Amino acid sequence: MSAITVPKVRRRRVTTGVTLSRRAGMVFVLPALLLFAVFIAYPLLTALSYSFFDWTGILRGDFTGLENYVKLFTTLPYSEDIPNAFLHNILLFIGAMVFQNTVGLGLATLLHRRARFKRFFQTMYTLPYLVSPLVIGYLWSLMLSPLFGPVNAVLRAIGLGELAQPWLGNPQTAIWVVVIVTAWQWIGFPVLLYGAALGGIPEEIDEAASLDGATSWQRFRSITLPMLVPAIGTVSVLTFIGAMEAFPIPYALGGSQGNPAGATDVLSLLFYRTAFESGSSNAIGTSSAIATLLFLFIFGISMLITALMRRAERKLF
Amino acid sequence: MTATITPESRDAGAARSGDEHGMAGGPRPGRTRRRPTFGGLASSTFLWIYAAISIAPLLLMLSNSLRTTQDMAKQPLGLPLPPNFTSYQKAWVTASFDTYFFNSIFVTVASVLLSTAVSLLAAYAFARTRSKWFTALEGLFLSGLMLPVYLAILPLFFLLDSLGMVSNLWSLILVYGALGIPFSTFVLASFFRQLPMELDEAARLDGAGPFQTFWRVHLPLVRPAIATVIVFRFVPVWNDFFYPLILIRDQSSYTLPVGITRFFGEYQTDWATLFAGLTLATIPLVVLFLLATKQIVSGLTAGMSK
Repeated sequence: MSAITVPKVRRRRVTTGVTLSRRAGMVFVLPALLLFAVFIAYPLLTALSYSFFDWTGILRGDFTGLENYVKLFTTLPYSEDIPNAFLHNILLFIGAMVFQNTVGLGLATLLHRRARFKRFFQTMYTLPYLVSPLVIGYLWSLMLSPLFGPVNAVLRAIGLGELAQPWLGNPQTAIWVVVIVTAWQWIGFPVLLYGAALGGIPEEIDEAASLDGATSWQRFRSITLPMLVPAIGTVSVLTFIGAMEAFPIPYALGGSQGNPAGATDVLSLLFYRTAFESGSSNAIGTSSAIATLLFLFIFGISMLITALMRRAERKLF
Repeated sequence: MTATITPESRDAGAARSGDEHGMAGGPRPGRTRRRPTFGGLASSTFLWIYAAISIAPLLLMLSNSLRTTQDMAKQPLGLPLPPNFTSYQKAWVTASFDTYFFNSIFVTVASVLLSTAVSLLAAYAFARTRSKWFTALEGLFLSGLMLPVYLAILPLFFLLDSLGMVSNLWSLILVYGALGIPFSTFVLASFFRQLPMELDEAARLDGAGPFQTFWRVHLPLVRPAIATVIVFRFVPVWNDFFYPLILIRDQSSYTLPVGITRFFGEYQTDWATLFAGLTLATIPLVVLFLLATKQIVSGLTAGMSK
């Protein structure tokens, strides 16, 4: 959640050289390597292997090849739950992308042009992003409560009482609540990032273009947009990963079952339920298959978005 | 993947006022607007409206935490006048928020220090060696930024279980310490790379060994980056819910997020206490943010480039 493009202003001369012997270097790297190997690399590689075995409880049984994967798509409840949860992850991604690249980019552009209160606005937009998503989810569940929730109270106060409804009780609206709350929480991130990218565009270019008679749309299309491509790419990749990993907000709004009626289910919840709440004897095999698919999907699409953005960048320049 | 974070770009998100680039002789013509134009007014309005949308729910959380549940039922949109602090006492003592809070503080501080310390050493090695092994290792660490590592939770659980560490806060500290390595190494290595090699050579001529050079020459110079890394890792660790949900089974070791889920089940109808609990979980972050906006902004806008 923290890998972002810094717009390149100038290439600095980066010092490269060797002042550390290989042996000394190994000593320096060792503590981090141990920690990383034991708690990230080893579990990750092992997790992928779990999905190829049959499990009874926590005892590993026979190697079953792709059987766990086949089961996911052919047996209930998985064959219904997976597409349903996957669709919700995709909605989260699309919702967040649309919101961030319109409202987020708009806010960043407006902020870029003004000097007064800039830091204040940045702070306001960033605060929700820093609050625990779980807290955000629970907070909205209270706000949207059908009985005394302030959201319905506001609607009634401004004469839109007929719109007031049990937002999280209704399967039609529940998933949209999850999408909107997620997008609302994340907005500070593109505002800051696009702000930094806009700040990296030399003003001279813009001024020169404007002296040459370029309209503001032409300037945006030919100068600002290409300069923003790396930032847009970063936002897309991280939003994608975030949307695929969504867990706390859906958990807070719909519980671990994705209530109502699976309307707020997402893949991480499905993985969690399968592994820890399903009570199935092959819980580990099945949930590891879900995890592996999710892993490959996130990894593959992230690479794809990165590659597409590089191409777009070459085209636009 | 090469990092390009420069000391200047640490302030990339900071204000760039319109006349900052002007000549020393005053504001640039055409950049500063004296009279509010329609466009300026519209843009201000939009900025203010969205600021309200962004912050209103959080203010509502604070305001409702200072009211009573009966009052909220009567007037959903009332104000906390006079403020009532009893819900805080209830959340803190009766609902064991004091325990969760100190567990969270302990885990967050310890794990951020751990990941920062090991990342400093590793980043220094990456910046000051040249061999394909170190490059590969750095790439491996960086891949942690892109991979959904939480999917490795099952083997991690078994590993910690076999060590007898489930429900032990140190298990969270080690896991978060490892999870912090990719980001921290990345930011710190790019900073070390900007320090001139002459420093190392001068230190060596003065008879300093590799560790002494690192400790006495480089460490003081990368302080701003250390601050960014510490502040920026604090947020996700403090907020994380997934790992303690699975690795902590014992209520006395719950961190805040897991404590909150339990608390929401128990106090369903006691709204005032729920709001107070949510506010308690959020206060340290807001304080951190107000103290270190600059580090947070630079952490958010530090990252990968091609």
